[in-house]
Amino acid sequence: MRTLSGGWDLDSHWKPPANRSRRATRTHAPPRKRDCQRTCAVTPPKDWLLWIRNHKRIGLLYLVSITLFFFLGGFFALLIRLELMTPPGDLISSQTYNKMFSMHGIIMVFFFLIPSIPTVLGNFFVPMMVGARDVAFPRLNLLSWYLFNLGGLCMLYAVVNGGVDTGWTFYPPYSANFSNTNVAMAVTAIFIAGFSSIVTGLNFIITIHAMRAPGMTWFRLPLFIWSLYATSLIQVLGTPILAITLALVAGERLLHLGVFDPAYGGDPILFQHLFWFYSHPAVYIMILPAMGVVSELVATFTRKEIYGYKFVAAASVAIAVFGFLVWGHHMFVSGQSIFAGLIFSLLSYAVAIPSAVKVFNWTATLYKSSVSLQTPMLYAFGFIGLFTIGGLTGLFVAALGIDIHVTDTYFVIAHFHYIMVGGAVMGYLGGIHYWWPKISGRMYPEIWGKLAALTVFVGFNLTFFPQFVLGYLGMPRRYHAYPDEFQVLNVMSSAGASILGVGYILPMIYLAWSMRYGEKAGANPWPATGLEWHTPSPPPKENFLEPPVVTWGAYDMSAQPELVARLNDEDRMYEAALRVGARKREELDVEPPAAGA
Amino acid sequence: MAETSVADRHTHSAARAHQFDDAGQQRDAVTMGMWVFLVTEIMFFGGLFASYVVYRALYPMAFAVASQELDIKLGTLNTAVLLVSSFTMVVAVFGSQTGSRRMLVGGLAMTVALGVVFLVIKFFEYYQKYVERHIPGPSFAFPEPYTQPAKMYFTLYFAMTGLHAAHMIVGCGLLTVLIVMAWRGRFTPEYHSPVEVSGLYWHFVDIIWIFLYPLLYLIGRHLE
Repeated sequence: MRTLSGGWDLDSHWKPPANRSRRATRTHAPPRKRDCQRTCAVTPPKDWLLWIRNHKRIGLLYLVSITLFFFLGGFFALLIRLELMTPPGDLISSQTYNKMFSMHGIIMVFFFLIPSIPTVLGNFFVPMMVGARDVAFPRLNLLSWYLFNLGGLCMLYAVVNGGVDTGWTFYPPYSANFSNTNVAMAVTAIFIAGFSSIVTGLNFIITIHAMRAPGMTWFRLPLFIWSLYATSLIQVLGTPILAITLALVAGERLLHLGVFDPAYGGDPILFQHLFWFYSHPAVYIMILPAMGVVSELVATFTRKEIYGYKFVAAASVAIAVFGFLVWGHHMFVSGQSIFAGLIFSLLSYAVAIPSAVKVFNWTATLYKSSVSLQTPMLYAFGFIGLFTIGGLTGLFVAALGIDIHVTDTYFVIAHFHYIMVGGAVMGYLGGIHYWWPKISGRMYPEIWGKLAALTVFVGFNLTFFPQFVLGYLGMPRRYHAYPDEFQVLNVMSSAGASILGVGYILPMIYLAWSMRYGEKAGANPWPATGLEWHTPSPPPKENFLEPPVVTWGAYDMSAQPELVARLNDEDRMYEAALRVGARKREELDVEPPAAGA
Repeated sequence: MAETSVADRHTHSAARAHQFDDAGQQRDAVTMGMWVFLVTEIMFFGGLFASYVVYRALYPMAFAVASQELDIKLGTLNTAVLLVSSFTMVVAVFGSQTGSRRMLVGGLAMTVALGVVFLVIKFFEYYQKYVERHIPGPSFAFPEPYTQPAKMYFTLYFAMTGLHAAHMIVGCGLLTVLIVMAWRGRFTPEYHSPVEVSGLYWHFVDIIWIFLYPLLYLIGRHLE
């Protein structure tokens, strides 16, 4: 196991061999002033927020926005876990508790998880990974950030004005006719933020179709791009349905239209169909990008091509397609027909196939590889394990019989947190660490990174594994009080949540620290094969010093001899260090990396 | 060599944005972008169409009775107006492709004019419904036994035609901007994708109406 932390930051010492290809020469050259002046000549007169159209800056703007919402949503989770420390509802009233879990869900789903990887890592890296200068529509991209924040402000208004208590699902008739909280403002917020999601998806689809560099064929695309393409399909096809459905709920609430109100001849089940038609695929909006990140991490840190690349790529699209056909499994007990339930159950099982293809192929990639257990890879391992648990318990709740036993219990809560937090957030953090050197130009402190990754893993499992047990024993979700015998497991869960919180705050601190004090990263610190690593860190305004031409498949390291040479050098140095027991490169009495090896 | 390539990439024409390599790539991206946007629009209207299907299946008689309240003459006239506007839009696109500024500006102006005619007629239809107290809300009135389902029908009627009218208003605004740009000679046979994609949008809005008209106006007319 080699790490960058134990005095072995080989990259910063590494000098490129003499006979490298021209491309490699250029990647290590700093951007010349001449280039910058030309680039700046097309910069709009004011570098004000209205003029930011560069995809990398918009990605960073999104990073700031969604981080704020992540910690706001986390704050509500904190209050939920505090309340559940003791069996009686003694900290907050049941009404406040309803608002806490509702706002936790709404903010985490619509303002953190759905935008997280696509808007931050996607905006920053999709154009770079396909070899483009920017996304296809930079102005729309900026518009999407504004829409997101406008929606976010509406949500904040709803929060400070008394909150929402419908749950994140907004089921009528309660949401439309009975709730006395800010439902109309909250659905308006989601309506607006939904358009930002649509615009992002549209931009990625067109960017991936039309902006690829010469030679970047579909099957040379990194798997991150494939998964974001599948994600964008869902965003584009699903989000409008949610928008119109929530608009109808708002209309019903404000104008007493009665579309979903049985008192007026409306059908509340229709709302559930329309809502889950989007909101089930929305789960794949959250998990597919994380799967894409994990594919990148596994390839880079095993130094191998992903086993069965085409199957993993096709699995992304298959998950997106199947994802649209399974929404009814949220409604097994809602009064839909048993035959519909049967079909939806069967189709839900079908989603397990492409998901398992991915998990097995990542695992197969590990076989006989040289795994570097650096921070991003720890998150990738965390993802694979936790996603597997979340996915397998998903099969429990997709089975008609078991679902009736565990519907609306903590079993379901634990299941989807294993997917959304154990999967999506792990993927997000792994991706942030992996690409941080490229984004900031600096390395994060490796030892702190590993510590935080382990903290998140331990905290997560301690929080959510007891909830499987609680749910199976029958503790219902959305209650602020519970019988005494559930207390031990609930206290475990709350204790885990506080560890998890520390694990989330740590990266905030050391990543911010590293922006100023971290070691300079160099163009390709890991090293990895993607186009985004073939340019300085942080990248120049138009991403590449010269337009890239792609002649290799994704992850094909043998096509990039300079990387192979560099890894061989590293191996030799490492073995030499083992022989003499040196802890630092300076103590080594061996030749520096052979030029052109 | 690298210098010239960097310089080439930044020789801007007003028509081409910096992120595109050439005009062809830009045209492909813009056209495909509009098609994908129209797909999202189909899904957006799709939620309403799905609700319509469910409630019409639940309340077939009420929908037929309520549908008789609509003014079929104005509805048919509006359908004709929109179909002609699609034709004038095609004329404008043809003008932009062949470099005829007269056809381009004339076609766009006619299209906007027909769009406004449609909206004015729609306004009078809405006003009629207001007078007849058929607007869903506290003052809604409809004879029994169909009061509630008829209210559902009119909710869907106003939601669907209202959303359609909103798209018409956006379309008229878009085309007005295009008229100004065309007047200033911004479009050439090489560069006219804004006209083309706005045309796609306009035809899409027309097609939505082609579905709305029979679904809303023509229920059970053969029974009369």
